[in-house]
Amino acid sequence: MSAPLARLRFNDLLREALAALISRPARSILTCLGTVLGVGTLVAILGLTSTAQSQISARFDALAATTVTIDDRHKTHPIFTPEAAQRVTTQINGVKAAGYYWPISGAPQMRARPTDPPVSRVELLASSPGLFNAIGAELASGTFYNDYHDSQQLPVALIGSIAAQRLDLPDMALRPSILINNRPYVVIGLIDQVEKLPELLNAVLIPPGTASARFEPPKTDGANAARMLISTRPGAAQQVALEAPWAISPQDLTQMAVAAPPDPRTLRESVDADLAGLLLTLAAICLFIGAVGIANTTLVAVMERVPEIGLRRSLGASRAHIFAQIVTESSLLGALGGLIGTTLGILAILAVSITQGWTPVLDPALALAAPVIGLLVGTIAGIQPSRQASRIQPTEALRR
Amino acid sequence: MTTPVISLREVSVTYPGPPPVHALVGANVAILPGEYVTVVGPSGSGKSTFLNIVGLLDEPTSGTYELNGSDTSTLTEKERTGLRGHDIGFVFQSFHLLNYRSAVENVELALLYNSTDPSRRTELALSALHQVGLDHRVNSLPNQLSGGERQRVAIARAIVGNPSVVLCDEPTGNLDSRTAKDVLDILRDLHQQGLTIIVITHDPGVAAQGRRTLRITDGHLREESA
Repeated sequence: MSAPLARLRFNDLLREALAALISRPARSILTCLGTVLGVGTLVAILGLTSTAQSQISARFDALAATTVTIDDRHKTHPIFTPEAAQRVTTQINGVKAAGYYWPISGAPQMRARPTDPPVSRVELLASSPGLFNAIGAELASGTFYNDYHDSQQLPVALIGSIAAQRLDLPDMALRPSILINNRPYVVIGLIDQVEKLPELLNAVLIPPGTASARFEPPKTDGANAARMLISTRPGAAQQVALEAPWAISPQDLTQMAVAAPPDPRTLRESVDADLAGLLLTLAAICLFIGAVGIANTTLVAVMERVPEIGLRRSLGASRAHIFAQIVTESSLLGALGGLIGTTLGILAILAVSITQGWTPVLDPALALAAPVIGLLVGTIAGIQPSRQASRIQPTEALRR
Repeated sequence: MTTPVISLREVSVTYPGPPPVHALVGANVAILPGEYVTVVGPSGSGKSTFLNIVGLLDEPTSGTYELNGSDTSTLTEKERTGLRGHDIGFVFQSFHLLNYRSAVENVELALLYNSTDPSRRTELALSALHQVGLDHRVNSLPNQLSGGERQRVAIARAIVGNPSVVLCDEPTGNLDSRTAKDVLDILRDLHQQGLTIIVITHDPGVAAQGRRTLRITDGHLREESA
């Protein structure tokens, strides 16, 4: 015989589940509290991590990101030469300028006049002409020295604005000289601004050729080692760092220490990765507790609702209908908890961002996915209680 | 010859023990459309088992049960459930109304699982409530209703799906004598409108309402001579 099969429309299922939840508001709210906490923690952690990361990359110094430095670790002869700097500048894509410098050791005495006492707090650096471009140096007056001064080992010098004050250098209009170890150097320019290497403002700079002829060569390591500074176009630093040693001196690769700025991407990823992992574990635990909470209260609710379930069975609800209703209820609770949790998580991100003066950053996909996570948690948590509910015998249930 | 609404042939129900309980032994009965039958017997005699069998809530261990001339023993659980929602209305001693639903919503619940057009549910429920004389309480919650009114809501719920038979399990058991009479009057009215009604009771006063009385003693069902 063809019996009319029991049917339950999806709309009706939703309405029944919602009505059951609304009829016990306090219990419903308590039930989804676990999911609220779990999803909220998840969203807050992911949001705060991405916010902090973007904060770091925003602060990430654009100048530092376009600077590659190479230290000379030579064993026999200095590696940096005018030709090497030339090759780096002209042969590598993405290089804007390159220059090298080293501090001249042996504590040279510097003074502006023969009668002045030597000034000790001013540094003497050998600096290739290309360095001025690489560090974005600007002159208050005069001119930079160039390759000619360098190759001819001419006694010329540039002076930083702070060094000029400390040496009490006469006005540049007077074409002053300074005495270094009692030998005169014509000061042909006064540097008053640099983008990089601000310590240059407190230094006297002479061409490397001049320095090599008159002072000890650069030391092989430590503070007095020669250093090449390469200014690159944005984004090129990583690649330039790979290629520059080959351009400088392919046979001396092991004698150079290259320092590239950290890749912004790896930086972003490494920031707080450990901490975020820990916190995510915490969020997962919260979600698990939320699931257990939903499962537990749903089970208790099922036990309390045995007569109702029996009634529904007597009215023609099949086991599947009972299962569907209970699991829908717990799914809805999970989704509700997920929604509230997402909201709270986003509010937490906003609160932290506002107090820290940060720009809040959150992947919109996460904000959309989080309630779904709550829904899944609710669904999974509801399966066991729903199975139990669907097994309730109407004959037993209606006897109460 | 009219097909009986309910036809039991040698129906036995044994609950596995230990010790096994023979709740119903070789029951034979045919109930015709429009009959008002009362089933009486002391508690533990097998009345509830009879109700469960007739209401398709339980299956006989042996024997055949035909509902509207069709054998129910071959049906799957799902089909029996569908048939239950379609052809049988239940009225319980303790009403079994949902406390957080209004009277009309409680009645509509009976139309939820039996493929009734959703847009007609309210209309049908209101009409059923009208039949039991509760037009003025359709939006009341069960806890705002008296016991008699609650049972009338339950009766409305039992008849709203236009079932073949209404099974009442001690319908007046939780009511005082005055409201019990109201409920019995309604059942009598419904019977006069042609509904098939089976009332299970241990109350002789209630039993006297029926045009035909079946007595169950220790699982044995027999016709009570009028």
